[in-house]
Amino acid sequence: MAKATFEVPELTQYTEVPSVTPGAMAHSAPFKSKEDFQTPLGFPGELVDDWQTKAIDKMGELLGKYRSLRVYMDACVKCGACTDKCHYFLGTGDPKNMPVARQDLMRKVYRRYFTLSGKLFPKLVGAEDFTQDVLDDWYSYFHQCSQCRRCSVFCPYGIDTAEISMAAREIMDSIGVGQKYCNEIIGKVYKIGNNLGLPGPALIDTLEGLEEDVYDDTGVKVRYPIDEEGAEILLVTPSADFFAEPHVDGLIGYGKVFHEAGVSWTLSTHASEAANFGMFIGSYDNMRRVAQRIREAAIKLKVKRIVFGECGHAWRVAYSFLNTLAGPWDFLDPRYPVPQHICEFTYELIRQGKLNLDKSENDDKVLTYHDSCNVARASRMGNTPGGQFEIPRAIIRATCNNFYDMDEDTIRDRTFCCGGGGGLLTDDLMELRVKGAKPRLDALNNVIQEKGVTHMAAICAICKSQFTKVLPYYGLEMDQIVSVHQLVSNAIVLTPGPDDDEDEDDDEPDLDGPNEEEETDEAA
Amino acid sequence: MAFLTNFYVFLFYFAAFVLVAGLARKIIQYARTPAPLKIPTTPAPTTGRGVVFRMMREVVLFESLFRGNKWTWIFGWMFHFGLLLVTLRHLRYFIEPVWFPIQLVQPFGIYGGIAMVVGLAGLWARRFLVDRVKYITSTSDHLILGLLVAIGCTGLLMKFVFHVDVVEIKHFFQGLYSYDIEPLPADPLLLLHLFLVAMLMIIFPYSKLLHAPGLFFSPTRNQVDNPREQRHIAPWARKLERS
Repeated sequence: MAKATFEVPELTQYTEVPSVTPGAMAHSAPFKSKEDFQTPLGFPGELVDDWQTKAIDKMGELLGKYRSLRVYMDACVKCGACTDKCHYFLGTGDPKNMPVARQDLMRKVYRRYFTLSGKLFPKLVGAEDFTQDVLDDWYSYFHQCSQCRRCSVFCPYGIDTAEISMAAREIMDSIGVGQKYCNEIIGKVYKIGNNLGLPGPALIDTLEGLEEDVYDDTGVKVRYPIDEEGAEILLVTPSADFFAEPHVDGLIGYGKVFHEAGVSWTLSTHASEAANFGMFIGSYDNMRRVAQRIREAAIKLKVKRIVFGECGHAWRVAYSFLNTLAGPWDFLDPRYPVPQHICEFTYELIRQGKLNLDKSENDDKVLTYHDSCNVARASRMGNTPGGQFEIPRAIIRATCNNFYDMDEDTIRDRTFCCGGGGGLLTDDLMELRVKGAKPRLDALNNVIQEKGVTHMAAICAICKSQFTKVLPYYGLEMDQIVSVHQLVSNAIVLTPGPDDDEDEDDDEPDLDGPNEEEETDEAA
Repeated sequence: MAFLTNFYVFLFYFAAFVLVAGLARKIIQYARTPAPLKIPTTPAPTTGRGVVFRMMREVVLFESLFRGNKWTWIFGWMFHFGLLLVTLRHLRYFIEPVWFPIQLVQPFGIYGGIAMVVGLAGLWARRFLVDRVKYITSTSDHLILGLLVAIGCTGLLMKFVFHVDVVEIKHFFQGLYSYDIEPLPADPLLLLHLFLVAMLMIIFPYSKLLHAPGLFFSPTRNQVDNPREQRHIAPWARKLERS
């Protein structure tokens, strides 16, 4: 058990809806951003004079720019369908973590300044002046929303709290109240190229190391190229894939898949980050600036296709927004969607029988799959709606013998957030992260108890980091979370290249036993 | 009596104006506000036709609410469907001759009235019994429920207990079309019923009742899931590209 300064809830097999405990998480707030992190993003360094007027003006501007915000401020009838849907409410019982109550923090200000009823009868309709207390509440509770959109699935009007917390964060940034974690990271992307601040030489070094490791492991030379002009595919992946566990095992997997596909590919030091934290802070300008790096890298490296690695919110920005933010992509190969997800790429190869997979390599595990929230509810894979659920599962089924889904109410578009998304993956929010993970881990606990599940696979860098950190609080092991392409990596039987040591390769299959079947597969 | 009739004439002209103008203003505002990013809640339809179908399921069946909360769905759907039947039944006061389908719907309108009140009672009960819903309820939520229940109850009372002269009521409303003022029966129950309806019309564009037009403009429900195939860009975002 990891040491905690707060009470870690007891895991159950089915999450019970807690009773309302006002103020339970009122103390939770992330570190505030400093001037150094604010200015590079175009935000004031500290709380501006006359902040109230400026915030209201900003709100007015956003109401005119975003139909979502405009409609969602008006449409809520307080039916309560969302009240038991947020993992942060389920984990903490704080009523302001009910999506409608979180929205109301903004709605009460909206009503006061932008509606007739709120101007005339504020008490009656729950309208309030934008005071320092309200601002403090905003800072606390709009940083207790991971923008996972689970509430929007169940809302009869599709009200998406993510849209509202993004707007709230943008309003706060515009008056100088920023969150350190997100804003510092965006600055690093501008300055160095990725969230972790890994400079080019470090990346090159890491990738060389990976090539050696894979060669030692398999006897096959698999390349992990970076900044190679003229490659067919530009791979954009979260920077955690270069260092963190189990992320890096996923990156190893992508390389093996590309190797088997026989296509040339490259990473880019300039666009060495798939994540786009501009979305978390609701800033179109910053999101666009971060996205433009990918366009620049694609042009510079003269690639034909863009493929994204395993990352959740990043895939949302890539799939749903990239064409808007950094398109049009008319200079790329029109036969492929822009961008593609690595899972789409791998699945297509599996479908065509081009990958030789030995499922038994994953027989030491019993798998379940965590649908990452933004992949599930804000994107798609493949050509049909819901491909984002089926394609990763198809890959797992093709690479593993033992797979069980968690409770239907907690997967696919009803999946729970890991508890660390939306710019909350920071140590200063540890209590929130641990408690917010409970609904997902309850469902995991259920399949552990009932089906003997040992590992949970995911396709999001944030999910992987979050679970690695949070699982030990609940008495589970940090390595129980794995990358989907880690499973691919384990199962894939590599084809030796011309410059691979023949002898060594011949040895290995002999030790493993009969190899004829695999060879016929390959020929097919 | 003349004063009362004149007051109601004015009230209904005013209420109708506020309802139509207020709603038009909001609808124009929603329509003119751009949605700069593709944000459908997925899985989402990949064609325009699919979106129409999704929207129909939301409007007619309250699909998302059904997935969200069965009790709220039962009471909410009961109320709205009841209200629809009641509204159709009431069309007989506003059209002459009465269309055949409206004649057919008349008896169902009565069941609709009962369903409406039962549904509202269920929704209201939740505001007291479920601690989460109680927490998010404000005074205006109670008032709107009270208003609707009072409209339903006064209507049912006139149907089942204290009958009023429906022919005279029809003359009154038909007269409003041509500024031809006909006397309104001085029945307290009827006057209350009509007053409350006028109130409902007036608050409609200024309250949460905007959920009705709002649903049609909700980007998470009305957008086609095709961002990779078709570039989606708002006018204000396009301006950024020129700089």
